[in-house]
Amino acid sequence: MTATQEHLVKSFDQDLKRLKNLLAEMGGIVESQMALAAQAILHHDAAAATRAVAADPRVDALEREVEQFVVQLLALRQPVADDLRQVVAALKITVHLERIGDYAANVARRGIVLNEYSLPFSLAGLAHMAQLVQQNLKTIVDAVGENDTAKALEVWRSDQAIDDVYTAIFRELITYMMEDPRSITPCTHLLFIAKNLERIGDHATNIAEIIHYAVTGETLPAARPKGDSSAHIAMPAKE
Amino acid sequence: MNAETLEQVDAPPEAKRRARISVRNLDFFYDSNRALKSIAIDFPERQVTGLIGPSGCGKSTLLRVLNRMYDLYPGQRATGEVMMDGQNIISPDTDVNELRSRVGMVFQKPSPFPMTVYENIAFGVRLHEKLSKAQMDERVEWALSRAALWGEAKDRLNSSALGLSGGQQQRLCIARTIAVRPEIILLDEPTSALDPISTLKIEELIDELKADFTIVMVTHNMQQAARCADQVAFLYLGELVEVGAAAQIFTAPKQRRTREYITGRFG
Repeated sequence: MTATQEHLVKSFDQDLKRLKNLLAEMGGIVESQMALAAQAILHHDAAAATRAVAADPRVDALEREVEQFVVQLLALRQPVADDLRQVVAALKITVHLERIGDYAANVARRGIVLNEYSLPFSLAGLAHMAQLVQQNLKTIVDAVGENDTAKALEVWRSDQAIDDVYTAIFRELITYMMEDPRSITPCTHLLFIAKNLERIGDHATNIAEIIHYAVTGETLPAARPKGDSSAHIAMPAKE
Repeated sequence: MNAETLEQVDAPPEAKRRARISVRNLDFFYDSNRALKSIAIDFPERQVTGLIGPSGCGKSTLLRVLNRMYDLYPGQRATGEVMMDGQNIISPDTDVNELRSRVGMVFQKPSPFPMTVYENIAFGVRLHEKLSKAQMDERVEWALSRAALWGEAKDRLNSSALGLSGGQQQRLCIARTIAVRPEIILLDEPTSALDPISTLKIEELIDELKADFTIVMVTHNMQQAARCADQVAFLYLGELVEVGAAAQIFTAPKQRRTREYITGRFG
């Protein structure tokens, strides 16, 4: 249900296109930040980590640019109906993308610290989680660019899988820490990394809800499929 | 329009007031040209209904049906039901003078009579009521106060109304209309000839008047409809395309033609 016709005022179409382009640029950068962060932790790639962190100022600048441009559009164009929903959606999406960029940079920074430790266990769970998050992030960035509610719904439904992996990683890391206190420092960093990935998944889901409303004018149900039960995990204290 | 749309299932509670006027199956003809096609709409009591649509869509025609303004012109006729207090006001046995005292109208261009400010208001009242001088003074003050003009006009009641500014003249016309204590006020693009500040004064006035009157307003200014109206109806080529709460129409219209019109995509 995208706009079928162009606006009588062509410069308004150009404005809306520029808004989309800014979001696309932001989405592209945070997607690459996420990929670099995964590379950094899974392949001990310090250069990738540095690049992920270095991209952050550009994302912040784009967020401010979108924010100012939206305020300008609201003041000068007074959009209504689907135009209004698109413009307001852009204002919200930019905030989520910026947060995603922050989390990816944080993951990368922790990757640099992790390089100082040789881990006696595999990061297969984290690799799987990073892959799922990257997939959802790619899909949601595409959905933003194409106003694609089907892709948005796909992300909205599949976040549960990320939550499930997160819960499993949480248990696993606690077990390692109980077995060997020397692993507490790297495992704590890994816990934060997993948590950051889980948060990226949540932000992607929020963007999915925003796209759905922007395109259809209807909100998705408040309750979405969720699987993060780490808040309820209690491990037996050591005797 | 089907029955479900008329009930406005998802309209907010304030839009579900009792209908002051119920239009059903209304057709209107300029000779053989059918200008309104099977219109069905309710005008809720003490609410503002905004009629929007491109030129020639029938919105002014619909407004003119509500006080039988079209009676003045040969070759114009309406068929169907326009129910007000159980009476079909377009049937020939309706007393048109009485109807027009109940349904007042304000036009696009301020049109004060070439008389004093006082006489502009007293003139219409005298046609319907016999009031003493004191009662008439009171009525004039009441009408000017309700129209937010008393403060500016009280010292020039005996000066010509033509000396007032455009915005003041339009408020005088609103005062003149409400002086005969109508139940319904029809506004045909009431601010299109006014400057932005006068426009906002009229909009504020509309907001105050809806406490006592049911208001139907034709406007070309969509932001004005969004600001003033509780309910908005979009007409196109003589058809009522969509009617709903203003908030719904301007954030998530249901019909494609409404969306294309209000977002400025209409070819």
